[in-house]
Amino acid sequence: MLPDLLGHFGDFGGRYVPETLVPALDELASEYEKAIADEWFMRELDGYLKDYVGRPTPLYYASRLTETLGGARIYIKREDLCHTGAHKINNAIGQALLAKRMGKRRVIAETGAGQHGVATATACALFGIDCEVYMGEEDIHRQALNVYRMKLLGAKVVPVTSGTKTLKDATSEAIRDWVTNVRTTHYIIGSVIGPHPYPRIVRDFQSVIGKETRRQCLEKEGRLPNAIIACVGGGSNSMGIFYPFIADKEVRLIGVEAAGKGLDSGEHCATLTAGEPGVLHGCKSFLLQNEDGQVSLTHSISAGLDYPGVGPEHSYLKTSGRAEYYSITDMEALEGFKILAEKEGLIAALESSHAMAHLMKLAPTMDKETYVVLNLSGRGDKDMDTICKVLQIGL
Amino acid sequence: MNRLREKFAELKSSGGKALVFYLMAGDPDIPTTLDIIKGLDESGVDAIELGIPFSDPMADGPSIQAAAHRALGKGMTVRKCLDLVRSVREFSSIPIVLMTYFNPILHYGIERFAKDAVDAGADATILTDLSPEEAKDWVSASKRNDLGTIFLVAPTSTNERIKRAGDISTGFVYCVSRTGVTGAQSDTPTDLPTLVNRVKSMVGAPVCVGFGISEPRHVEEITRYADGAVVGSALVNLITKHQGSEKLIGEVKKYAMAMKNATRHDETPPRT
Repeated sequence: MLPDLLGHFGDFGGRYVPETLVPALDELASEYEKAIADEWFMRELDGYLKDYVGRPTPLYYASRLTETLGGARIYIKREDLCHTGAHKINNAIGQALLAKRMGKRRVIAETGAGQHGVATATACALFGIDCEVYMGEEDIHRQALNVYRMKLLGAKVVPVTSGTKTLKDATSEAIRDWVTNVRTTHYIIGSVIGPHPYPRIVRDFQSVIGKETRRQCLEKEGRLPNAIIACVGGGSNSMGIFYPFIADKEVRLIGVEAAGKGLDSGEHCATLTAGEPGVLHGCKSFLLQNEDGQVSLTHSISAGLDYPGVGPEHSYLKTSGRAEYYSITDMEALEGFKILAEKEGLIAALESSHAMAHLMKLAPTMDKETYVVLNLSGRGDKDMDTICKVLQIGL
Repeated sequence: MNRLREKFAELKSSGGKALVFYLMAGDPDIPTTLDIIKGLDESGVDAIELGIPFSDPMADGPSIQAAAHRALGKGMTVRKCLDLVRSVREFSSIPIVLMTYFNPILHYGIERFAKDAVDAGADATILTDLSPEEAKDWVSASKRNDLGTIFLVAPTSTNERIKRAGDISTGFVYCVSRTGVTGAQSDTPTDLPTLVNRVKSMVGAPVCVGFGISEPRHVEEITRYADGAVVGSALVNLITKHQGSEKLIGEVKKYAMAMKNATRHDETPPRT
């Protein structure tokens, strides 16, 4: 069972934080163990996932997409249909319930695309908890819709102006808040990153995606898929759908990172493809860094993937060979976005469009008897501005 | 023998308390950092914490974040920080503690860094985000090279964790005065004496207090119960305020002397 007691996934993971936070992480780890062993807690969580989030989300057979690409049959796991429009709510509800259980009256979160911020603001509104969300100034501009949503949900959005003004700096700022207010505040990390026990907690809360997918695959096809494809920034939607399939060696697990303007341009965030092991934001994992161990500046058209690190369990899955990782450029992702919109009537988030773009390359190479599952982790309303600007679509 | 251990042994026998100053290597530039260290040494400061800048300093407040950013902007690297220590050794034997985050060290190579740091003339390290749980390889590499390791304890630390930090700290144990990031504050926390006494009862090494210390009255108070005080952001702010001015070194020395005087309250009457 991974991680081990100190949060290690092989050589990765662990806990690299200022001493002040360690006791809070110990408390969280022990409270989490108690919670998941508590039938009442799990029933309450399941109840919210079903009646509030709208789970299970459908596994949809994309016939026109399948026909267009002319290879493997394609199913789409519809996480975009979750309340708030992305998978992030699965974890936010789970962790907000944990915060309530621990008696914390204040919650903080970091956000890139704003989906985790919206999900956290939603869960906090639902449970009556104070909420502050750290968001890079650049992301505030490119994901304005989500900023409005968070504010309307009663959360305070704190602009972060340091460094690259994106997710990396929002995360550092959230950690600084937590180190200061740790006694009263729970920090809801939105991805499978950070110090132990976060990568495990977020994976577990997100693994509902994979559990449902597995069951739905068996119902519809009577066998498991040949491959599962999901995008990877920090890696929560991919870890969530991969995890219940890890023991099923016949299922290829494929993670798709953002290659931004191209791997050679230096402006990308394909951490597993181009990074090296390092330590950032509390865990050891692959990291984009320069020759002096300074964290690199990253770029992606998708705010949710624009992060120089990645979850430690993905680093483990990569080095152990269990999962494969590829990267997709900004321009390719837009092609993925377009094909989903035009062939299936699905407006995908730019993050998920990366996974789609890789599928465009992969599906035609596969036999018609095979089938794959694409995790559509979120819907694209938030990206309308960015996409219409690039595609030069006016009113 | 390690200069830091020697310094604390000397302070212990004379009944003195330590004043430690933190500054960022290469902020605003390497020659100025060298001049400031010289000035601090001449002002009676007991040890230097020399910051190696890191791009993502998650335990630091705005002053030190900005200093790291400036230093990196000037092209500071781990290698240049070690060269800077080597240059200090040409004029001073003041103990030097390198303070940074784990990634630059990990990337440089643990064993190689421990060796190169000692060769350059450094005495110990503080790695803010390296918790004792993850520090095994680093502690062994440091031991092999006779490089001191200093770990932090915090107001939230359990007794068990304080003992553990004490066991693997050499030189001193760094007691964080408050929950929070680095940065000058106007007052010391009211529960600080209790915390320091709890830490002192559990560790053998001297206990120095840092985070938020900016004025002589803070040093005066803290050195009544702790073995020393660490000043960081306040000096960084002073350097920022006077950078490029001829007055810089004079102001730094004036401040350092006032702060050092504040440590002398028991037997020795204050000197001016």
